[in-house]
Amino acid sequence: MAYNGDFEAAEPRSQGLPTALKLLVAGGFGAGKTTFVGAVSEIEPLSTEETITTASIGTDDLTGVGDKRTTTVALDFGRITIDSQYILYLFGTPGQDRFWYMWNELSEGAFGAVVLADTRRLEDCFPSLDFFERRGTPFIVAVNEFEGGHDYGPEEVRAALDLPPGVPIVGCDARDPRSATMVLVTLTKHLISAASATV
Amino acid sequence: MADYEERPLLDDDAGPLIRPYMASGGRTTPSASLDLLTLVWGTGRVALSHVEPEHAEVLLLCKDPISVAEISAHMRLPAMVIKVLVSDLLERGAVAALSPDPSADTTNTTVLEALLNGLQRRL
Repeated sequence: MAYNGDFEAAEPRSQGLPTALKLLVAGGFGAGKTTFVGAVSEIEPLSTEETITTASIGTDDLTGVGDKRTTTVALDFGRITIDSQYILYLFGTPGQDRFWYMWNELSEGAFGAVVLADTRRLEDCFPSLDFFERRGTPFIVAVNEFEGGHDYGPEEVRAALDLPPGVPIVGCDARDPRSATMVLVTLTKHLISAASATV
Repeated sequence: MADYEERPLLDDDAGPLIRPYMASGGRTTPSASLDLLTLVWGTGRVALSHVEPEHAEVLLLCKDPISVAEISAHMRLPAMVIKVLVSDLLERGAVAALSPDPSADTTNTTVLEALLNGLQRRL
């Protein structure tokens, strides 16, 4: 939606403006989301706080002021200039399970997601997988290879996560820009094949 | 550039010296519909000296198009506060903004191919 301002300066500018694309980086707390976003971003990784409205399901409602409340959560994000037309923004989803409800807002308009998995705590990424499967957001799983982590093969991880065969699983070092960028390349290829399959 | 007194009280070590929602006059709802990825840029039609210090800080940041998320991060204020400030500036014609198209097709292969090419160039 373009802003309908009648300012001369605004109009010519908006012609050449890039389009913002959004990808999400999810995973359990400590799975390396912030590191991953920082490794691929061309700007120093930034964080913002977003206010979200949520029904108070599952939270303590001490005030009795109704069924809506707002919460502020911290988000990491990074930016990659794709070309003169597109800018990619990466958002790290909040790690704590109790913030799952904000992903709805954050997922709006997202092209796809990377779910980062730590083999020492694979179960931590279950909520992310459930969420994206339910929502129909295409995703891939990237196993962040921590030192001291077990070295499982992709098929072992697939079995442990009960992932359908179509979901790619890749290993990565979230600290390494090239490795993290490769994960985004794999995700984008997956998005292209998913898009072609649904046409 | 705004002179020192036009800038809000920020200190790298201490963080903002004012409570976040003071900057938006206690308001928590912007008058315009803005997203974290809404791009904002100055129109050059309102002078820095004609707006409040917090608004001037936003104006300084959006000489070139910049997202609400980035403004928020740079000013170390919650995105909602920035949305309120940006909507004030929109009303005054000081900035223009472009929000992502909510009906944009996220399975558009032309866009996805451009994304893939751009990412591969970085390897």
